[in-house]
Amino acid sequence: MNHETVTKTARQNRTIGRDLIGIGAIIAVAAIGYLLFPDNLALLTRIIAIALLVLSLDLVTGYCGVATLGHAALFGSGAYAAGIAAAHFGITNPLLMTLAGILGGAIAGLICGVIILRAHGLPQLVLSISLIYLFHEFANKASSWTGGSDGLSGISPDPLFGVYEFDLWGQTAYVFGVFLLLAVFVLLRFLVRSPFGMLCRGIKEDPLRIMAMGASPKIALIKMYVISGAVAGVGGALNAISTQVVGLDSLSFTQSAESLVMLVLGGTGSLFGALTGTVIFMLFEDYVSAANPFHWLTMVGALLISVVLFAPKGLYGTAAGFIGRRMEKRK
Amino acid sequence: MQTFFSIAIDAFAYGMVLFVISIGLSVTMGLMRVVNLAHGAFAMIGGYIASYAAQDLGLGYAVAVLLAVIGTVIISIPIERLLYRRIYGAPELTQVLMTIGITFCIIGIANYVFGPTLKTIPLPATLQGSADLGFRSIAIHRLFAIVCGLSVAGALWYAIEKTAFGVELRASVDNASMAAALGVRTEIIYAVSFAVAVGLAAFGGVLGAELLPVEPYYALRYMVTFLVVVSVGGAGSIPGALLACLVLGGIDTTGRYLMPEFGEFFFYLAVIAIICIFPRGLAGRAR
Amino acid sequence: MSAVFDVLNLKKAFSGLTVTNDVSLSMAPGDRVALIGPNGAGKTTFVNLVTGNLRPDSGEVRLNGETVTKIDAIGRVQRGLVRSFQVTRLFQEMTPAEHVALAVLQRDGRAGKMFGNFLSMPDVMDEASVLLAKLGLHDLMHRKVSEIAYGQQRLLEIAMALALKPKVLLLDEPAAGVPQSDTGRIEQALADLPADLAVLMIEHDMDLVFRFAKRVIVLAAGTIIFDGSPADVTKDAAVREAYLGSYANASHAA
Repeated sequence: MNHETVTKTARQNRTIGRDLIGIGAIIAVAAIGYLLFPDNLALLTRIIAIALLVLSLDLVTGYCGVATLGHAALFGSGAYAAGIAAAHFGITNPLLMTLAGILGGAIAGLICGVIILRAHGLPQLVLSISLIYLFHEFANKASSWTGGSDGLSGISPDPLFGVYEFDLWGQTAYVFGVFLLLAVFVLLRFLVRSPFGMLCRGIKEDPLRIMAMGASPKIALIKMYVISGAVAGVGGALNAISTQVVGLDSLSFTQSAESLVMLVLGGTGSLFGALTGTVIFMLFEDYVSAANPFHWLTMVGALLISVVLFAPKGLYGTAAGFIGRRMEKRK
Repeated sequence: MQTFFSIAIDAFAYGMVLFVISIGLSVTMGLMRVVNLAHGAFAMIGGYIASYAAQDLGLGYAVAVLLAVIGTVIISIPIERLLYRRIYGAPELTQVLMTIGITFCIIGIANYVFGPTLKTIPLPATLQGSADLGFRSIAIHRLFAIVCGLSVAGALWYAIEKTAFGVELRASVDNASMAAALGVRTEIIYAVSFAVAVGLAAFGGVLGAELLPVEPYYALRYMVTFLVVVSVGGAGSIPGALLACLVLGGIDTTGRYLMPEFGEFFFYLAVIAIICIFPRGLAGRAR
Repeated sequence: MSAVFDVLNLKKAFSGLTVTNDVSLSMAPGDRVALIGPNGAGKTTFVNLVTGNLRPDSGEVRLNGETVTKIDAIGRVQRGLVRSFQVTRLFQEMTPAEHVALAVLQRDGRAGKMFGNFLSMPDVMDEASVLLAKLGLHDLMHRKVSEIAYGQQRLLEIAMALALKPKVLLLDEPAAGVPQSDTGRIEQALADLPADLAVLMIEHDMDLVFRFAKRVIVLAAGTIIFDGSPADVTKDAAVREAYLGSYANASHAA
């Protein structure tokens, strides 16, 4: 029994150690970004917002095995919820706007989850694509609320805690974003290690086996979709607060497909993979699309094909696997 | 009555164009179990080739159609050999990623080579104008699309139900390893079906250029429409695809005529409703 | 003793072909019953009807006196009808400890908990390690399933089923595919099953059947042709016909 307690604490220490490394890495990368691109904090804040979307996608695709090309519906709903709260209801406290985003995203997650989980395989994929188009068309049509194709403007968040203004330099927005990301990251680390997280991993591998244990895969997946929606909603709200405008592109198929590309680029089923993929993709996009916008899509396509062919576990997954094998050998 | 008639004819023509493009996708998905998001890209390539042949080289419509079909099949061969081969039997997510990657590449290249503008394929004089049916006149091009769609459906039905190739194809769709054990050369079946699917997509792309205009984002814009036909009809089912095309063509055209301000809202709503009610498609079989 | 598990006049046909024809049986707590029958006798269909993965055309299934025919597979598991799989269906990336812990948590309705690591839930871990120790898997409990031997995976299947504290356990060929050297451990595990548990084992290996079962049911062409003691089963004319007939055909074919 003594031996067991030792291994148990050793294991716990190891996972907590990885959490601390993760938090440290996020803070370090955020600080380096701040020092390297002080004039482009808007881009960095956008990367954080999209990272939240990709983390949210990882929850359903990486941890539960649901392939979806419509995940921006959750992100965009969060963005519009935060934006509408500010522009139409005068809720301009950034924390309350974030809360509105979480709610909007979670409700969208519930709707999308209930619908998408009705089918499997190709029909499921088609449902996810149809949903993102439906959300897009709806937002376009409800222009008195959403501003339609002009975008929703008139969002002017109050200073954070009444002190830090969301100014043109974007420092407040950036720091706010980093804190949101850290909070979400820590919560998700808890979630994926919890009994519920384990249940979802089991569902991904063999839903029938989970049913034979007396658990309902469908209920668990819908719960995960709602959580995923809340996370994406945080990202959407951050985007609305920092750019002070919400556009239809936040509810687009392209945004959905790109977030899937980012996730796969980094590696599915790992929070670090989702973050790595987002940062690399977004910096790459910024660089290439500025240099030659014509070739942007070709590059993304080629990138995607090469990841599938040469690094099916994604960049983070492949690197982690490589380092893991090296460590084993040294032991 | 007049409106109803115009809607019906347009819906029928549109449904037939959808059918010609999507039926190849349906058969290959039923056969190879590959979620192929790049199918629309092949239809787009066909459209571009025909436009180039007719517009820039001044060739006749029939020649342009022929060149489009042959050219697209030739372009597809290396793509199938080098990329599709790797994802047969792979997890769905891998297939989605690979084929969406191919789609993005084709869009990017088309944008670079042909520019972002709409391309037209000039119709020959015989297909322009309208035919008088006594009580109502119909655009001849619509009639042409309908005739082509029905001919393709008939020819495919004959090929699949009445020929030796069709028997082997159906056996391979049912159970590929069993068919292989019985001496069916499944790789040849796969290759032929893939080529026919791509060729039909290209033909449909040219035929439908009036309804689905050729431009770089064609492959993304109509991707979902083609996938919807397959998933609503049930992969591998010709009657299912035909039914799905007519239903979806009807819904989409009616929506455009009667509620143009809602765009495609009702189309997607209908798609979601149909799939939720028939998760395996209208004529789907349990997998 | 009153019955914990009843099957009444169960019938199922697939496109006109009757696969389960008027099957009835009843089991009391502590029963050790083996269900045998030649290939194609309808054993798999029967299991799926009982677990709720298939709907019967007519007939009833009762658990503890409650009719569960209209209740889905998940509900039947929650009411104490648990099965193991013929081919192990385990989660390759998880450890035995995680498997059993998940089953324990699910049984207690705690598998939906979103916070807390099961490693820091002493009650769950203690139960899991006691159960795994009983089956000789204690030393492997933190290895990945993909790294442990097949015989041990079969034991883990049994451990997971037991963690759900079933009242009725369906064992689908628990020793299938296990090398001869490891069958001893599995037989030991079967002998150690809780005394008040009703066990229905589907099995081909007659040696195992004779050592384990106090009662044997023979299914042929969808009907029960024998229900009695192991000692009588080999003497029964109908059973001999069903088996030897099919063996004779098999040897001709081979």
